[in-house]
Amino acid sequence: MAESAKKNNEKSFRFYTRLHLRVLTGLKASNIEELLDLIKTVSGSSIYYHTHHFLQQHEQLSPEPPNDFAHWIANALNEEVLAEKIASIDTIQYHTIRALRNEIIRVIRDYIRENPRAKSRFASPDKVFHFIKSVSFILPTPYAAKDLKDFLNILKKVTTNSIYFHMFEARLRLDKETNDFSFWLGTSLKEVELAKKIMSLDPYTYTMEDLRKKLIEIVEKRVENVKA
Amino acid sequence: MSRLDRYEPIVGKSRIDELRMLAGYLKGKVIQHINSTAVGGGVAEILSKILPLMQELGVNTQWDIIKGSPDFFDVTKSIHNALHGKDAVITDKMWKIFNDVSRQNIREMNLYGDIMFIHDPQPIALIKRKSGMKKSKWIWRCHVDVSAPDRKVWDFLSNFIDQYNAAIFSSAHFSHKMKPKQVFISPSIDPFSDKNREVTQKEIDAVLNKYKIDPHQKPIVCQISRYDALKDPVGVIEAYKMVKKYVDCQLVLVGNRAADDPETDKIYGQVLEAAGGDPDIHALLVEDIPYEINVLQRVSDVIVQKSIREGFALTVSEALWKAKPVVASAVGGIPLQIKHKYGGLLCHSIEGAAFSIKQLLNAPEYARKLGENGKEHIRQNFLLTRHIREYMLLFLSLHSDSGVVTL
Repeated sequence: MAESAKKNNEKSFRFYTRLHLRVLTGLKASNIEELLDLIKTVSGSSIYYHTHHFLQQHEQLSPEPPNDFAHWIANALNEEVLAEKIASIDTIQYHTIRALRNEIIRVIRDYIRENPRAKSRFASPDKVFHFIKSVSFILPTPYAAKDLKDFLNILKKVTTNSIYFHMFEARLRLDKETNDFSFWLGTSLKEVELAKKIMSLDPYTYTMEDLRKKLIEIVEKRVENVKA
Repeated sequence: MSRLDRYEPIVGKSRIDELRMLAGYLKGKVIQHINSTAVGGGVAEILSKILPLMQELGVNTQWDIIKGSPDFFDVTKSIHNALHGKDAVITDKMWKIFNDVSRQNIREMNLYGDIMFIHDPQPIALIKRKSGMKKSKWIWRCHVDVSAPDRKVWDFLSNFIDQYNAAIFSSAHFSHKMKPKQVFISPSIDPFSDKNREVTQKEIDAVLNKYKIDPHQKPIVCQISRYDALKDPVGVIEAYKMVKKYVDCQLVLVGNRAADDPETDKIYGQVLEAAGGDPDIHALLVEDIPYEINVLQRVSDVIVQKSIREGFALTVSEALWKAKPVVASAVGGIPLQIKHKYGGLLCHSIEGAAFSIKQLLNAPEYARKLGENGKEHIRQNFLLTRHIREYMLLFLSLHSDSGVVTL
């Protein structure tokens, strides 16, 4: 990513895309304490996978919150209250996986302290939680935008994987303060207001196709204003 | 039109472009697949689909077969059953047969891949050649449900598996602690295969005539699975009877006779007994003719997969690809394919299956929506193009342990 960030500091914006492979860790949890212990020690790639993969697996549909931990706690342990607390963690607020991990740990720890009986609930053997980690592959697409109009056209045709990379992965997994789009729009095109508008979206509440539509709508409006 | 171009209208041009980009990074590499048979069985089927596409992408992909005697394949069949957790006795004599044939293949086979891609236990011992192929990376692809394997057999195979660079499993439940990198790659369906392609009205009429089924008379509930106790066909009949009290429907059970499954006749007999001569139950024991299965899925109103245990159950993906509402047990790989109440309905019992079937027959609009969502989920996650992408990503990751690979 260092390379893509460096290139995207320049005037034109190169669109990258992100593909991923799921790697099994062999680590599993069957109750809340085992889950908590493993959340503390697994790699950041694993925390990232379990809090983000739904976004790419359900590009156009969003049947569940983008969080495997919440899903498992509700469905395998029947701890609906804790599941809701985990699902509603405001992921966008956290700029690093470490910070997101710490918040998940805090919520589970607090819940166990207040509800010690939660420790006695076990998942049935076929519902054990398997920790998976994500290996990301970042590769350049043929598309580069020189100005806002180019940017808009490319937004319409890149894969949602590319939008995902610039909106989610570049920000969170690669420790950046903002998403790539806002950074380039603000610094290279001096489109500070537009950059802010995109930065203020909560992308976790959109499906990937809806997020694309929203970005197009915001940028289109700005292009029309400039024309006018 | 090239093979790849045909997929563009289905998955989008940008997805095919991604495959082409990835293939570019594999130029000059030779991928050598090795399994035990050129025809018959799921492995040969998927390889025959993947190879032409990989070659069209410009990735030099080859496929070779090990040699084996009938008694060797008897042993590997027992190994297969033991990995599934079934009772299987493997005697010292049988292990000797396995080792002798493996040694012969190790000695005689022409191995030349930069990436050696070994499928299932039959050719697993070829890893002994790794030390003489210093630049090659070795992958073992496990197509079997190894969630609860016979310990002795698993330990025997582990001696080989631990020497591989990577192992691929179809479900997270199949993962074990082991030395190689373990990758989770789901199987896939090919939208252009005879089992999944669009069918003509003539083909539909021919199949319906052949099996004397009238889809206009009563709605059809259907399960397509071999007659095996683990697919619970008798449970499906019980569920149908519960539904039938309220909704007049017909049940179509479709299963082929697996040559290596002596239980077929026994279970089929139980099915006929449970059906008790109900003219609305069509229990078909058929040849494995893919387009006929395709037609029977397409004329169904609800498709059921009430298995007690499953590996992945690609029949679910096949049904969803036809935008059919599906009721299926939450076992094996089925929950990966169905998100409950969104892309189908999951069940845990005969009563649960009956309730869901009734609900779908009585609410066709809801059933239609579930089918549409299910199809979209399959398009995004379980088509052959995704499978190929993940294989290429694995090849590209074999030289790195990092969580982020920049290409």
